[in-house]
Amino acid sequence: MTDALLSLSASEAVEQLRAGDISAAELFELYAGRIEKFDGELGSFLWKAGDPPEARRDTPLAGVPLAVKDLFCTEGVPTTAGSRILEGHRPLYTATAVRRLLAAGASMLGKTNMDEFAMGSSNENSGYRPVHNPWDSERVPGGSSGGSAAAVAAGLAPWAIGTDTGGSIRQPAALCGIVGLKPTYGAVSRYGMVAFASSLDQCGPLTRNVTDAALLLRHLVGRDPCDSTSLGLPEDVTLPSRTDLKGIRFGVPRELGPEAEGIESGVADVFNGTLDLIAELGGEVDEVTLPHAPHGISAYYVIAPAEASSNLARYDGVRYGHRAGNGTLLDLYERTRAEGFGTEVKRRIMLGTFALSAGYYEAYYGRAQRVRTKIADDFREAFGRCDFIVTPTSPTVAFKLGERTGDPLAMYMSDYCTVPMPLAGIPAISIPAGLSEGLPVGFQIAGPAFSENRMLDTAYALEQRIGFDTTRAFVQ
Amino acid sequence: MSRELSTVLDHIEKISELDLDGVAPTSHVVELENVLRPDEPRPSWPRDRVLAEAPDAAGGGFRVPTPGR
Repeated sequence: MTDALLSLSASEAVEQLRAGDISAAELFELYAGRIEKFDGELGSFLWKAGDPPEARRDTPLAGVPLAVKDLFCTEGVPTTAGSRILEGHRPLYTATAVRRLLAAGASMLGKTNMDEFAMGSSNENSGYRPVHNPWDSERVPGGSSGGSAAAVAAGLAPWAIGTDTGGSIRQPAALCGIVGLKPTYGAVSRYGMVAFASSLDQCGPLTRNVTDAALLLRHLVGRDPCDSTSLGLPEDVTLPSRTDLKGIRFGVPRELGPEAEGIESGVADVFNGTLDLIAELGGEVDEVTLPHAPHGISAYYVIAPAEASSNLARYDGVRYGHRAGNGTLLDLYERTRAEGFGTEVKRRIMLGTFALSAGYYEAYYGRAQRVRTKIADDFREAFGRCDFIVTPTSPTVAFKLGERTGDPLAMYMSDYCTVPMPLAGIPAISIPAGLSEGLPVGFQIAGPAFSENRMLDTAYALEQRIGFDTTRAFVQ
Repeated sequence: MSRELSTVLDHIEKISELDLDGVAPTSHVVELENVLRPDEPRPSWPRDRVLAEAPDAAGGGFRVPTPGR
């Protein structure tokens, strides 16, 4: 019975809960028990809920447990954003995204580990502990939503939410062999999400399959008076059902495609194999060009740190969070931030303040904003010739813990294929497409703004054809 | 850390090679017009709940050391 329960995808569990075949309490106990037993080694949770939910059969999500990245404020529940500076912090309110899912009947299973303030691609920047990849415990799960991805891939949660600023949902989903979706900027409210780079940050699902991603997205999206940049989606999210790709045009950008510099040959092989499957399903594959996409990393590592340096100014030891220092006020600020922030966060604050400083502002921030315009223009032009753009999600499979920690630029390049989309504000999904060296490889599908329904339908058709088993790395 | 930051800045500086004359900067990807809500008073968080999260609260406010020496 346990195995049968565990093998249910979230949407299947919803059906069975609503039919009364299983109970929300037994589902919660199953996952809570697995977290208790296995997460000591995996490290994917920073906080675990204690009590099973009340039966909520009549709600759309019927009580299915949900893992929540620790970047989301949750009232009365510790919220650290993976940082020591927020250790023990209990917010006064719950993020809109979480509030919506709880109102739709999800039950919170726990808060997941992450790179500090979502800055990282390996989860090694967590202020608490690293997360291990369930496929190989010596490897990273990706980041920054590494805890959410590892928990779903290991079968410690049916599904999870994370956030994506430059690839933080899609890259860990790819490295852990699950589905990760970054919606169009503005589809989901950012209210109560600890801010990293406000013009890029977006919340989305990490799930075992595309149908679960659609179901979770359906209950996440919506305009929110508390986030003036939120828009919702122009139509309701539908559950995907498409089985062929007839008439759909896929563009492979030469700059981010299998031939691009830094793409591992095993990753390129899986990518090319997936293009063959697209053709078998009736889709058309053509080359397109995104000439400015290779500059995405440069633009991103100016814009995101610049916004972060401003957003993180609030952690000053005065109103909440960690406080250190007992001399003057300046001493308090300095010691609080020196003790509370980790190395990568300090690095980005320095990069950001430098890029915004008088004399350098135009050369760095101003130019990066113009590159951003060019990247968005490139996508617009490419979408005139194709319906979706496809790339490998990550240039490499999951790398070893410690392998890139001494080389920030090598770490940043993990997001080479995922950074251009948030710069343009467009949605993208990563689905597992196969294995290289026994490790999962993600296939990324990006569409125009607000094309989520068509993108999910397309990803679903491809997912059925690929037939990747996302329960294979479940810990036993 | 200075060596690492230099490596990153060297990479970033590749954007100086691009011709960006006449290109408008993007600060926000969705074209939205700012709308202000009516300026009407609304309840805010209760003071005691906010101060309960403070590292050091006193007299209904946040206590900090002297800014001077």
